[in-house]
Amino acid sequence: MQLFILGSLITPGIGLIFWTGVVFLLLFGILTKFAWKPILNAIKTREKNISDALASAEGALNDMRELRANNEKILAQARSERDALLKEARETKDSIIAEAKSKAQAEADRIMSSAREQIINEKNAAVADLKVQVASLSIEIAEKILKSELANDDKQKTLVNSLMKDVNLN
Amino acid sequence: MQPKSKNTLILKQMASKIKTFTRNTSVSFLFFALLFLASPVYRASEPAEGSHAPTADTTKKKKVNMAEIAIEHVLDSHSWHLWGDEHPVSLPLPVILKTASGFVSFSSGEFHHDIHGKVVVEKGGQRFVNFEEDIFYASETPNEHGQYLVMETDAKGKMHPSNEKPLDFSITKNVAQLFFSALVLILLFTSIAKAYKKTGVTSAPKGKQSFFEPLIVFVRDEIAKSNIGGGKHEKYVPYLLTVFFLILLNNVLGLIPISANLTGNIAFTFVLATITFIVTSFSANKNYWGHIFLPPAPKALYPILIPLEVLGIFTKPFALMIRLFANMTAGHIIVISLVGLIFTFETLLVSPIAVGFALFIDVLECLVALLQAYIFTLLTALFIGSAMVEHHHEESHDGEHATAKH
Repeated sequence: MQLFILGSLITPGIGLIFWTGVVFLLLFGILTKFAWKPILNAIKTREKNISDALASAEGALNDMRELRANNEKILAQARSERDALLKEARETKDSIIAEAKSKAQAEADRIMSSAREQIINEKNAAVADLKVQVASLSIEIAEKILKSELANDDKQKTLVNSLMKDVNLN
Repeated sequence: MQPKSKNTLILKQMASKIKTFTRNTSVSFLFFALLFLASPVYRASEPAEGSHAPTADTTKKKKVNMAEIAIEHVLDSHSWHLWGDEHPVSLPLPVILKTASGFVSFSSGEFHHDIHGKVVVEKGGQRFVNFEEDIFYASETPNEHGQYLVMETDAKGKMHPSNEKPLDFSITKNVAQLFFSALVLILLFTSIAKAYKKTGVTSAPKGKQSFFEPLIVFVRDEIAKSNIGGGKHEKYVPYLLTVFFLILLNNVLGLIPISANLTGNIAFTFVLATITFIVTSFSANKNYWGHIFLPPAPKALYPILIPLEVLGIFTKPFALMIRLFANMTAGHIIVISLVGLIFTFETLLVSPIAVGFALFIDVLECLVALLQAYIFTLLTALFIGSAMVEHHHEESHDGEHATAKH
């Protein structure tokens, strides 16, 4: 019995062969036209897009790298130029300052010396003036004193005495 | 007859026990799953007793029944049985017959679930009976078992009807599932194709699209491209995709208990293997045919070599046909046999083991479903690829170099 049934298991039925053939061919035709071709084309296009995008990204990256290298070079150049400029400026500044200092010193010295000279002159003039005034004052005072002192004898005597003392002290 | 009727009694008791279990709402899920799996067994076991009662060896009866049930279970049928035995519920399917006087069609419901040749359907002046899902021309009068058939015993001592058979183009359970799966594939993949059209190729795939795209790309790259060289794979990709998804879907559908075992039917695998054979033969180049009819060997060996090579053309698709059929059928038979242990041992105590192993095999079958779809497609691509190889000798030379390096 088992063998008999096994026989029906491994005997292909004409009906199913027929229907499988028909259905498979129809299915293949329909799916190929309306599903596989659009899907495969879409996947292919997408893959192409992706690989293109990757390639262009790679290109852009390279460009970026080049650009960055250029930028760095320019930057380095700019930096060195700036350093040079700064150095120059510093030197100029130093020299200007030094010059100004020396000039100022010289000027100051000159002013000082002229001031000193003037002071001395002024002082001398003042001293001379003072001397003249003191002399006139002294004469005036002396005149007044003499007038008052010489008003009476006692006073004349005292004056003479005091004058004498002063003279002595001198 | 004494032990036989005793066995029948036990089986009937079993059946009634099972029925009470089903009526109980407190039946555990495991039992429900078991009964669900077991119901076709039970359905098939009862009528078998009637048809084989006169000759069946009573001591071997149970064993014979189990094997028969298991094999019946993986075979095709004219109606789609859903559940039930005494009052079976099934979807009637159209029966289409090519008789001597043209095509005849009627609903399989007209057999009233009979598969023992006892119900005659009369159409267009011709009478038909269904005997074990084969349609025969009915005899004028019933035999002693009420069958409108003339039973003959063959050389192996087995009985089978000697009536003539019309050509059967019926929409059987397998054909119905084939239609259904073709419809599913068309709807599924055309809607996916629409998704590509709608969203264009600039956006990432979504939903169904993102689930199937890797599979499609896998078939294209890993199966077609890597086996069919020279950039010629593209025109074979639609065929390979159709084969892959049709087999995969039907392998998976076959795992559902009430579904048909289409990929485990040799007629189905026969057609696919034949198409592969035709595609391979028409893609073959001079090298391929040259290798077969002018093998690089001394002319004296030609009488041996040429027949061998010609045989080789056919063995490859033949193996393809057998591999898928046997793998799927074997899986189904193992599951039904494991569940059948309960009926063989006639105790529910064996059910934890039977259900446990059946579950294990079912999980394994999920893997096998994918694997066999992959293998069928892979080998198809391989055969096409090997028929298109250019410069065979150079390649083997390269191969030698490669092995020498290792």
